[in-house]
Amino acid sequence: MTASFKAAAFAAFASLGLALPAAAAEVNVYTTREPGLIQPLLDAYAEKAGVKVNTVFVKEGLAERVAAEGENSPADILMTVDFGNLIDLVDRGLTQPTTSAAIEAAVPASLRDANGQWTALSLRARVLYVSKDRLPDLKAMTYEDLADPKWKGKVCIRSGQHPYNTSLIAAVIAKDGRDAAKTWLTGLKANLARKASGGDREGARDVLAGLCDVAIGNSYYVGLMRSGKGGPDQQKWAEAINVVLPTFAKSGGTHVNVSGAAVAKNAPNKEQAVKLLEFLVSDEAQGLYAKANFEYPVKPGAPVDPILASFGELKVDDASLAEISKNRKAASALVDEVGFDG
Amino acid sequence: MTLAAETSPRLNRPPRDGGRWLAAGVVIACLTLAPVAGLIGLASRGSGDLWPHLTAYVLPRAAWETLQLLAGVGLVTTVVGVGTAWLVVAYRFPGRKLFEWALLLPLAMPTYIAAFAYLDLTHPIGPVQTTLRALLGITDVRGLWFPEIRSMGGCVLLLGAVLYPYVYLTTRGLFLMQSSAALEAARTLGAGGLRTFLTVALPLARPAIAVGVSLALMEALNDIGAAEFLGVRTFTVAIYSTWVNRSSVEGAAQIALVMIALVLALVALERWARRRQGVAGEARAARRSEPRDLGPLGQTGCVLACAAPIALGFAAPAAYLAHAAAVRIAAFGVPPQIYGEIARTLGFALVATAIAAALGLVLAYAARVRRGLPARAAQIAAGVGYAMPGTVLAVGLLTPLAGFDNMVDGVARQALGISTGLLISGSGAALIFAYVVRFLAIPSGGVDAGLAKIPLSLDHAARTLGARPAGVARALHLPLAAPALGAAALLVFVDCMKELSATLLLRPLNFETLATHVYGEASRGTYESGAVAALAIVLVGLAPVALIARASSRNRPAFAEKLAVAP
Repeated sequence: MTASFKAAAFAAFASLGLALPAAAAEVNVYTTREPGLIQPLLDAYAEKAGVKVNTVFVKEGLAERVAAEGENSPADILMTVDFGNLIDLVDRGLTQPTTSAAIEAAVPASLRDANGQWTALSLRARVLYVSKDRLPDLKAMTYEDLADPKWKGKVCIRSGQHPYNTSLIAAVIAKDGRDAAKTWLTGLKANLARKASGGDREGARDVLAGLCDVAIGNSYYVGLMRSGKGGPDQQKWAEAINVVLPTFAKSGGTHVNVSGAAVAKNAPNKEQAVKLLEFLVSDEAQGLYAKANFEYPVKPGAPVDPILASFGELKVDDASLAEISKNRKAASALVDEVGFDG
Repeated sequence: MTLAAETSPRLNRPPRDGGRWLAAGVVIACLTLAPVAGLIGLASRGSGDLWPHLTAYVLPRAAWETLQLLAGVGLVTTVVGVGTAWLVVAYRFPGRKLFEWALLLPLAMPTYIAAFAYLDLTHPIGPVQTTLRALLGITDVRGLWFPEIRSMGGCVLLLGAVLYPYVYLTTRGLFLMQSSAALEAARTLGAGGLRTFLTVALPLARPAIAVGVSLALMEALNDIGAAEFLGVRTFTVAIYSTWVNRSSVEGAAQIALVMIALVLALVALERWARRRQGVAGEARAARRSEPRDLGPLGQTGCVLACAAPIALGFAAPAAYLAHAAAVRIAAFGVPPQIYGEIARTLGFALVATAIAAALGLVLAYAARVRRGLPARAAQIAAGVGYAMPGTVLAVGLLTPLAGFDNMVDGVARQALGISTGLLISGSGAALIFAYVVRFLAIPSGGVDAGLAKIPLSLDHAARTLGARPAGVARALHLPLAAPALGAAALLVFVDCMKELSATLLLRPLNFETLATHVYGEASRGTYESGAVAALAIVLVGLAPVALIARASSRNRPAFAEKLAVAP
């Protein structure tokens, strides 16, 4: 009941006109990323820096909320798990530029905003979960192959409207144009073994169940399943699959998405916000990203978890995130047009 | 206190005052319209060229799937709700007393949790299919054909199994009030049990069935968790994905407003269609019909018919959750934060329920003392929160709440030189506000129905003796309408506890309820880890459900129509 008391007490104080002064060392994080995943990092920072890190997980509507709160918004850091959302925040004027030598040194220029509006914090690849039993020899595949009729009734994927998928489709549009992307998506739709639904992990489970031979999912889920963090059942799902890092035929690179963060425009604790971001791209935190959540580090040379390393070397596709981001709406419209989720 | 009223031959007409009640009702209605105002603000910003795309690819499909879903859920909840209600009222069979209240248990099961549970249960490598294959001697995982839960049919069955109690609750209350005379007359004339049911009991119960079904349908329409998870694309899912995936909060607000208007129009149409069906009132003093005895075959049939919906809507998912929670606790222990989350969930639900009950009372009472359009309109407006999805309500509230906060802050800064920050939207007050707006229709409609049972001549008598409206309310109405208010409050409480969408968007920093905990785990794909919290929601929800069950057996007449929801 403490929070409700706090809330009530706060309301009472505030209504008496006694605004609570912001505590000296606090930083408030609004995140579309489930905070449980990054809690170990935030805890490590809190302990090291003696700063209290407050979080609120706003799955959707983070931009609307911050925009509505306006000048009085307590948000210091806005964190998202999709670069489209990140760029959206910048476009809506909800962020502010920062300059930090530490961030510039740690994060390659392609993974942060040229004006310091945002930075990526970790990477995840869109990979294939392939049946160990039925396709033991499949070691390489292109995204384009997924639309090949030979996979008819053998592919599983979550809703086409999910950001992980619209981002992949947007990348295809960026590379091959809208028409080619539509043909590809129609072919992929025709190959689906079941309705596009559920989450990425259901793909692995459905491979184990024999519903499909190839499922499209994010890299870090494999780590979470295989390590036993998701419980014993998920370990069985992960044991049923091999991971293939698919590539685009043209570039030979794999599609990645990022988790990233920006400093909020009206951040009351801007200095603390930048310090937290600097910590998140430090060697220590980048190692923790890999360990806690099986993500690829953004910092070159930071250690990759052995489970991820076992997939083979990740070659990140060369299309720029900004370019892909421009095609997000078109990708979402394509999903509707081909009736992908129907 | 007008002379005209005292000398008028129409003694059933209440005295024309209670202006303060009306004013209070109008203020409440304006507050509850805040999210609609917010949506109109968003919608009027314009959505560019989105509509041609929506009408070409999104809305026809959404309309068709919504129609199928509502027709399916309407059918399932009507058949199951009315059927079981009739069985427990009309027949004597083993376990009847138990079934009477156990049939309400699915009220404690949030639809999104049931969806997670059923996907696991019915998966090819889940317990159901594994057992079936073992029994049939099939070794190939693909060897057994089994219906897919990720489908329209699956979604209809799942929502139907969880939502039928709304129909059961209202209909059973009405069956209990039905005069034995009509039923016995039918039987004396040679009608069998089925025929009596179809020709006498069922037509008489139509208003109660309509109320229950419209509640269940609104729950189904506004559901986002289960529908999205099972791949069904309703209007609500279309709104959600227009907002999130098509990045157009404006377009989403526009679709939402259209949907809200449609819902309100349908509700009004339904009310208009049964405007002359005032069947319940006169039966109050009638002798209750005694349940009839059945042969062994009939008794077995009754037991099975009552047990099946409880098993599907409650026992199976609850057992699955209990198992998953036990596995989880054995491996990782009880999550330490769960106790705080239980306390927070209960605390917020309690406060919101108390406020909603009080405001509902004011609205219903204003409509009683000031019959007429303004009071009635206020009451209908106050029900609008129940006619929209929780997510939509939350998005609509963001701008008005933060706008209010920033205005207060601006004034305080100018006048006093201090900052008040985000008074409401930065604290839990925003959540309380959202819960109250979302569920106010339940107590407002419930009290209204409860008050309708009290003849206006009683008010008049009290008023002629010199009592003010507030005095009449205290001495006369409150005690008489208390059971209806209590039952409505319990339903609001259960609903607040399960509420997820608005909580996610409007909560303050570092704030988790049981529902957001489950959702957090689910959104990172570890919903097995959320099993403990999910089970806690169900267990905590059982207490109010048990109270509803008790109340419904004690206060039969007053309870029957408590769910006549306002919009």
